[in-house]
This record gives sequence, C-alpha cells and structure tokens, in this order.
Amino acid sequence: MPLTDAPPSAILVERLIAPRWDNWPAALIGFLVGMPLAVAVLPPIASFWLSAVLCAVLVATLIVNAWGRYTGGLLVTPALTLLFLMNIFPLLWSFGLSFFSYHANRARAPTWVGLDNYARILNDPDIWDRLHNTVILAVLTVSTQMIVGFLLAVLFSKRFPLRRYLLILVLTPMMLSFVAVGAFFRYYYDPTFGLLSQAVRLMTGEPYILMNSVWGARAGIVIADAWMWSPFVMLLVLAGLVSVPKYLYEAAAIDRVSAWRQFWSITFPYIRGLLLLALLFRTIEAFKLFDLPFLLTQGGPGTATETIAIKVFRVAFENNKTSDSTALAYILLFTVIVLTNLYLYFANQRAKETEAP
Amino acid sequence: MTESITPAASVSSATTPASTSIRSLVERLGLLPASGVSEAGWGRTLLAFIVSFIYFFPVLWIILTSFKTYNDALAVPAKFIFTPTLENFLGVFNRAYSAGGPIQNTGFTLYFFNSIFIASTSVLLALVLGTVAAFGFSRYPLKGNDTYLFMILSTRMLPAIVVIIPIFIVFRVTGLAGTYAGIIALYTAFNLPFTIWMMKSFFDELSPDVEDAARLDGSSDIRVFFKICLPQVYAGLAATAVFGLILTWNEFLFALLLSGVETRTVPVAMAQTIGGDMGVRWGLLAAIETLFLIPVIIVTFALQDQLLRGVTFGTIKK
Repeated sequence: MPLTDAPPSAILVERLIAPRWDNWPAALIGFLVGMPLAVAVLPPIASFWLSAVLCAVLVATLIVNAWGRYTGGLLVTPALTLLFLMNIFPLLWSFGLSFFSYHANRARAPTWVGLDNYARILNDPDIWDRLHNTVILAVLTVSTQMIVGFLLAVLFSKRFPLRRYLLILVLTPMMLSFVAVGAFFRYYYDPTFGLLSQAVRLMTGEPYILMNSVWGARAGIVIADAWMWSPFVMLLVLAGLVSVPKYLYEAAAIDRVSAWRQFWSITFPYIRGLLLLALLFRTIEAFKLFDLPFLLTQGGPGTATETIAIKVFRVAFENNKTSDSTALAYILLFTVIVLTNLYLYFANQRAKETEAP
Repeated sequence: MTESITPAASVSSATTPASTSIRSLVERLGLLPASGVSEAGWGRTLLAFIVSFIYFFPVLWIILTSFKTYNDALAVPAKFIFTPTLENFLGVFNRAYSAGGPIQNTGFTLYFFNSIFIASTSVLLALVLGTVAAFGFSRYPLKGNDTYLFMILSTRMLPAIVVIIPIFIVFRVTGLAGTYAGIIALYTAFNLPFTIWMMKSFFDELSPDVEDAARLDGSSDIRVFFKICLPQVYAGLAATAVFGLILTWNEFLFALLLSGVETRTVPVAMAQTIGGDMGVRWGLLAAIETLFLIPVIIVTFALQDQLLRGVTFGTIKK
C-alpha cells in the first residue's frame, strides 16, 4: 500500500513493480526492454520463445485491465478479428483492386485505372446477358419454391398419424449438398437411362434430352433448385399456419364465412410476414446461384444458364482477369447487401410483433 | 445500417429457458406424434403420404441405385426390383480402374477423413469463438451492437464468389492454399456468423433472474457464464454445432478453389467424378453420394425441432 505522505515518484515506482496481473505498464516495459535484450544476447530459438512469453504477459495484463470496463469488447474481439482477417479485409482489398488493372497470372504490378473496370463491365453486353439469365432463373426458382412450399405447408398444417416422420422426408432435400443434388439430377436428366427421358419415351417413343434447349436447361435447374428449397419456404409458412389460434376458425365457422374469406382474413395475416421473409431469403440465395448450374449445365447450352456468379468465377479463374472480376463481384455484392438489409428489417419487425403479447 | 435495423434476436426477452421453449415449439408445430385421432381427415392424410413419397423419391432412388450392379444401374427401362450388391460401396474406396487390372486406392478414404477432420475442427473453433462473442453481444451490448451484428450476418449472406477471389490470391501468396490450416481458418470464419447469431438467439431467451441472483451473490462474470448460462444452452450448442457441421460438410466452392490434392474434401472429389472416369458408373457415384448423405439425413432427423431456427441463422425462432 502506498503511503499518503510518500513522494509521488515513490508511489509511481511502487505501482510499477507491483507483481499484479493488471500491471500493464510493467509488462510493457518488460516487453520493450526484454525483447531487444533477448535478441541481442540469447540464441534465436530462446529469444523467440522469451519474446513470445513477454508478449503473452503484456496481452494478459491488458486484458485483465480492460475486464469489467470493456467486457463486451473483449468477448467479441477474437471472433471479430478472425472475421476481419478472413472476410472484411479480403473484401476491402478486392474493392481496392477493382480500381486497378491486374491479372493474377502475370508478374506485372497492378496499375491504377480508376473507374475503367466498372465502365467496361457496365458497357459489356455479355454481363447484361448474364444478369438477365440470373434474373430469369431467380424469378422462376423463387416463385416455384414459394408456390410449392406454400402448398406443402398447407398440406402438413393439420395433425395426422406419422406426420412428424413424413415431415422429415420432405425437409431432407434442403440439408443436402449442392454437389450431391447436382449429381442426382444429372442422372435423372440423362438422355439414355435417365428417369425423365424414360418417362417421356413411354409416351412419345423418343428419348428426351432436357438440357439441350435453353428453356429445357433452365427448367432442369429450376426443378432441382425448387426441389431442394421448397421445404425451406414450407418450414417458415408452417410456423405461421400453426400459430393461428383455433378459436378464430371456430368463430368463422359459426358465422359461415367462406373458405376463401377465412384464408384472407384469418390465415393470411399470420403468414404474411413469414412469406415475405422466405421470399427475401430465397431471393438473396437465388442471386448467388452458382453450384447447381455450375454442376448441372456448366452454364450451357451456350451461355443460357450462366449466372452472374458463374461469370465472376470464369472471369476470375479461367480468364484470369482478376481486377475485372472484383469490379463485377462488387456489383453483385451491392444487390445482395440491399436485399440482406431488407431481410433483417422485416425479420426485426416480425420479432417485435411476436414479442408483443 | 442504421439503428432501425435491430437484429431480430436482440429485442427478444422471452422469459422461458431454452429447453422449455423448445418443448413449446414442438407442441406449437404439432410435431409430437398425433394421439391416434387424425385432425386432417383421410383424404388429406393420404395425399400427404403420396406427396412425401414423391418428394423423397430422388433421394430414395439414389440409395437404391447404389446397391445396383453396373448393368442394373444403366438398365432401360429402370429396374425397381433387382438383386442388391455391395460392390459399389467397396469400389468407392478400392477398385480396379480397368477390367482385370490391379485394385487401387481411389483416395476416397483420405477425402472422407479430410471432410470429417476439416468440418469438425473448424466447427469446434467457431463454436468456442462464436459462443463467447454471442455471450458478449447478448449480455454486454457495445455501442453500435446491432451494426456489428448486421455486418457479421452480412458476411455470411455475401456471395461466396466475392470473398473467394481475394482469399485465393492471399492464400497463394502466403502459402496457405492447399493446407489444412488455411481451409480450417477459412471455414471457421465461414461458420462464425452463423454460430454467433444462433447462440445469441439462445442466450437472449434465457431468464435473467438466476443470473442476476448469482451476480448479487458475488459471482464473477466468468462464473456466471460457465456455471449458469452455458449449462442452460447445451441443447442450443449441440444444434448449432450440428448445423455448422452440415454447412461445412456440404460446402463446395471454397473447397474447390482452396483445397489441394492432400486436403481435398468429398464434395470436390465427387464433383470431379461426375464428369470424370465415373461419368457412366452411376452405381459407384450413387454409393459415394449415399455414404455422403447418410450422416446428413440422420442429423436432419435429430434436429427437426431446431430446423427453422437453424436455416434462418437464428433470425426466426417461432
């Protein structure tokens, strides 16, 4: 304990040499003095480990010091650091790169070109064509998923025996890997032994090649994607359907309200929010559509099913136009961020609604 | 990114512990086996059975195909009744590449090991970092807490292709490409947003009463976390871990670009066999898929009650 009548310098010294875990100035001095000394005197291995220990002590004292005052910050720092290193930093880096001309397979240093990459991309008819493809696929898959998912939810909204187990069968596709689903559907769409072709041959006598025409290939992707993700919509809608209080339907039955009116006035308000969330979530995913077309059609026939994500992949890793691809990626990123914002806004609205008693 | 975008979980103040709310969720969804009485009526029940069968048929057909011989798998018309064989499952790991040739290792032993090792290590790391961070976000809100949470979730919503271009170059420069360390670090970051949001939604549901009482009795923050909060969210922790495992197990694009020959995972190896030498050996491909899918199907079964929360990253709880 420092004495009250001791000179200030003595108190300072006493504080500095106190062997406590929150004594960070001492740890800092120890580190700053100890490390150069160790490097100068000791062999490299020993000096490395000594420096590491000193550094660890410094960090530990800083943490102990900040605990209590900055508990929240300390708890989230490790996770945020990793996210920064693996996600945010690369994104900022590639944002910078999108203003340079750079090819990953050439030794030439990046050269500043300003907005040229963006200007070139926005004037490139190919890019608009891929955007067009992406929008077509997104509209088709998301609308199919919403309709099928909604119907499935209605079908499963009432209790019946074994319902729990049948639900699992329907919910499984959403948990499967895109690669596995891609492989499934390649087998089913195969012109010779595929089940689809065989079924068509039963009727027409001719083998059927789905993936050869533009709309056939699109349909093939939409079917596979909708098969995979309709259960997602179903899960959300089902949560809304079972939350409708039964007495509302009983009251409606007494008043002899038509089924149509019952749906719009009673059921729909309970699932409206969830339908919107499902729509946004699936739209975000649809704009990122990569794996399924990549595995099913490789973007073909021609470029009819080449989505914007596949185009980014091709530009970056097949044409090695790294900086062009980062500029293109940022245009995709912007769309997704806007949609994510909307999603969270509505998810939040819903949370508030359900919290209210 | 304004204050109005409050993440769903942060406004939650439900007063039931996680286990009770899970039970009530099960009851609300009506997932418990019906008590003999069919609420739906026979017509709808029958329709539901048929639709479920049709829906599951693609998976079922692949599992059936994996037990077919080479000729049966290519039979036209397709064979529904056949003599099952295990040759495909054995062929996944060791087989002769040409008729009568030497039996060679296909590498799938390694690929399955890689998938399991990489997924479990990265999920474990993400769980440790993410649970601590989720507790921080839930109990010690920072200034701009919601902005941080929004940014964390948006890194997960980002198109993978946008993140992968710079990562690919950085990994190549630093020599991390093709190593376990590189891909595990990337997958840990990939799992973190999901883990943080899921675990935060579980922490938010805990009743603050016990915690406050413990604090009044002089328990430290660390003790409150380990002795009071963590034991109440074990179920949530397990669900989060399993979801993370599935996400990582299924991931394709990162693995395609960043795994080397030694660290290749099953999805990448599977994608390569689709167009490769097994292009027409559907029985073999089906066997690989079956082995790959079975853990996922089992887990889906176990996780049914947490599925809604899991697939929406904890943004929707009920």
